[in-house]
Amino acid sequence: MSKPLNSMIGWIDKRFPLTSNWKAHLTEYYAPKNFNFWYYFGSLAMLVLVNQLLTGIFLTMSYKPDAGMAFASVEYIMRDVEFGWLIRYMHSTGASMFFVVVYLHMFRGMMYGSYQKPRELLWLVGMGIFFILMSLAFTGYILPWGQMSYWGAQVIISMFGAIPVIGDSLSYFILGDFTLSDAALNRFFAYHVVTLPVLLVTLVLVHILALHEVGSNNPDGIEIKENKDPVTKIPVDGIPFHPYYTVKDIFGVIVFLIVFCGIIFFAPEFGGYFLEHNNFIPADTLKTPDHIAPVWYFTPYYSMLRAVTVNFLWIDAKLWGVILMAAAVVIFAFLPWLDRSPVKSIRYKGPIFKFAMAMFVISFFVLGWLGMKSPTPLYTTLAQIFTVIYFAFFLLMPWYSKIDKTKPEPKRVKK
Amino acid sequence: MADTDTGSFKIEEEMNSRRRFLIAATTVAGGIASAAVATPFLLSMMPSERAKAAGAPVEVDISKLEPGILLMVEWRGKVVWILKRTSEMLATLKVLEPELADPDSEREQQPDYAKNETRSIVPEILVVEGLCTHLGCSPVYRSEIAPADLGSDWIGGFFCPCHGSKFDYAGRVYKSVPAPTNLFVPPHVYLSDTRLLIGSESKETA
Repeated sequence: MSKPLNSMIGWIDKRFPLTSNWKAHLTEYYAPKNFNFWYYFGSLAMLVLVNQLLTGIFLTMSYKPDAGMAFASVEYIMRDVEFGWLIRYMHSTGASMFFVVVYLHMFRGMMYGSYQKPRELLWLVGMGIFFILMSLAFTGYILPWGQMSYWGAQVIISMFGAIPVIGDSLSYFILGDFTLSDAALNRFFAYHVVTLPVLLVTLVLVHILALHEVGSNNPDGIEIKENKDPVTKIPVDGIPFHPYYTVKDIFGVIVFLIVFCGIIFFAPEFGGYFLEHNNFIPADTLKTPDHIAPVWYFTPYYSMLRAVTVNFLWIDAKLWGVILMAAAVVIFAFLPWLDRSPVKSIRYKGPIFKFAMAMFVISFFVLGWLGMKSPTPLYTTLAQIFTVIYFAFFLLMPWYSKIDKTKPEPKRVKK
Repeated sequence: MADTDTGSFKIEEEMNSRRRFLIAATTVAGGIASAAVATPFLLSMMPSERAKAAGAPVEVDISKLEPGILLMVEWRGKVVWILKRTSEMLATLKVLEPELADPDSEREQQPDYAKNETRSIVPEILVVEGLCTHLGCSPVYRSEIAPADLGSDWIGGFFCPCHGSKFDYAGRVYKSVPAPTNLFVPPHVYLSDTRLLIGSESKETA
C-alpha cells in the first residue's frame, strides 16, 4: 500500500475503528472451510436487498401513491420514463428472487441445524427479517393499485377483522378508512419506502453482527471455534472470509445475475407468477377477479388460510384459518427449541428426521401449488391433509428428533 | 469502627430505597409522557373526518330492474347487490335450508326488518352487501343450475371464487365453507315502490 494511503488510514484509525472492523468482519473473520452450494444464498440475499433499495428509490421518483393516479403512474414508468421498464422489472423480479434466495437460505439453516445452540438468537433475528420481508412484499404489491393489489389487500386486511372484539377498530386503524381506499394506499406507500426498509436494513446488520459473534455453522455442524491452533488462536478448520469466500460469493453473484437478467429481459412476468395477469387491470372495487391468488411466495400460507372449513372450539373457521396461517409462519421461530437432536446437520441425523424433512418440503410445494388453484372440494381436502403434515413436521419434532438414531458428529472437517 | 460501619450501611440502604423510588417515579413519568406523545400519532391513523363524512346514503331507482338480473351499487366504497328474485329463486330458499349454517338469520347480520324467511323487506327484492363475510372478496352471482365447477347439487346462489364459500339467494351461508356468517344486509328503506335508499332507515333524512 502506498505511503499517503497508509498514513490516511492511520489518521482514520485513531478516530474511527476502520481497520479493526475490516479485520473482524472480513480478513480475520474465520469461516469453516467446508461451505458448499447452500452457502451462496446469504450473500445473494444481500445483493437482492441492495437491488431493491436502489431500484426502489428510482421508482419513487415517478410513482404516485394516489388511488386515482397510482395505476397510471406505473404504466407511465413502463412506457414513458427512460428505462423505467428496466428499473421496474428489476424491482418486481427482485421481489420474487428475494423470496427464492431467502427460502433457500432458511432451508439451508434447517438442513444443517444452524438454528441450534449457540445460534438461536441469530435464527430469531433472521425470522424477524423474514416477517419484515413479507410485510414489504405485501405493501409493495398494493402500490400498482391493480385488481390483484386491491383484492389481495382486501383479503389480508379482512384477516385482522377476524380478531374478536377489537377486529373492526383494528382494521379501521390499519386502513385509515372504513374500506380499503386511497388512505390505505398512501400509508402503505409510507411503510413500503420508509418504515419497513429502515427496519430491514437494521435487522440485516444485527443478523450479521450476531453471526460474526457466534461464527458460521457448516454442512457438518462442527463448531470450528472449539479447535483452535494453540499458537495463532485461529480455528484450524477456518479460512478468512476475505478473500476466500468473497471470491466464492462473487462466482455465485455472476451465476445469479445471469438468471436474474434472463428473467428481466425474457420473462419479466414469469408466466403470471411474478406479475399476475389480473394486476394489469386497474382496481375495481365492485368486482373481484374470478380467480384470485397471491404471488407464488405466499401461496403455501394462503392454502392453509382457506383450508379450514369447520368451526371448532367456539372459534369459527375464518378465525382458525387466520390463526393457522399466522402460526405456519411464526412456527419457524420455535425450531431451536423443537429440535431435540444431539447433532446439528442432516448428514448425521437419522432416517426419521430425513423422512420428516422430505414430507415438509413436499407439503410446502403442494400447498404452494394448491394456493394458486381455485378451491374445489378435492383441492380443499388435499390442502387440509398437507396442512396437517406441515404442522406435524414442527409439532412432532421434539419427539421424533429425540428418538431418532443419529450418527456421531466428527470433530474435524473431513478431508 | 463497627458503629460507623452500621451507620454508613444504614445511610446506604436509605439512599438505595430513595434511589429505587426515584428510578421508579422517573420510569412511570417517562412512560406516561411517551404514551401521551404517541397518542396524536396513533390517532392520526384512524379514519379522518373526510372519510367519516363520505358515508352518505345512496338512492337507487329500481323501477327498471328485471327479475333475475343483479344490480350493483356502491355505498361507502362497498358493493351492494340488489336482486329481484323470481318465484323459482324464492322457492330454492326453503329447499336449501338443511344445507345452511344459519337458515333463520339468528346472527346479527341484518336489521330486524330483514330477519325473515327472505331476508328482505319486499319478499322479491334482496338487498345485501356483496362482500364475502370470510375475507371480503366479492362473490359471483351464479344463477345457472348444476354447472360443472359447482357440482350437480347447485341450484343457484352466490359463490366466492377466492375461498369457495357459497351463499343462497337470500345471502345465507352454506355449512362447512370458510365464511362464518350470512351476507350483511345494510340498513335500507323504500322511499316509494321503486325508490330504494341504502344506508339509511328513515325516509325523512333523504
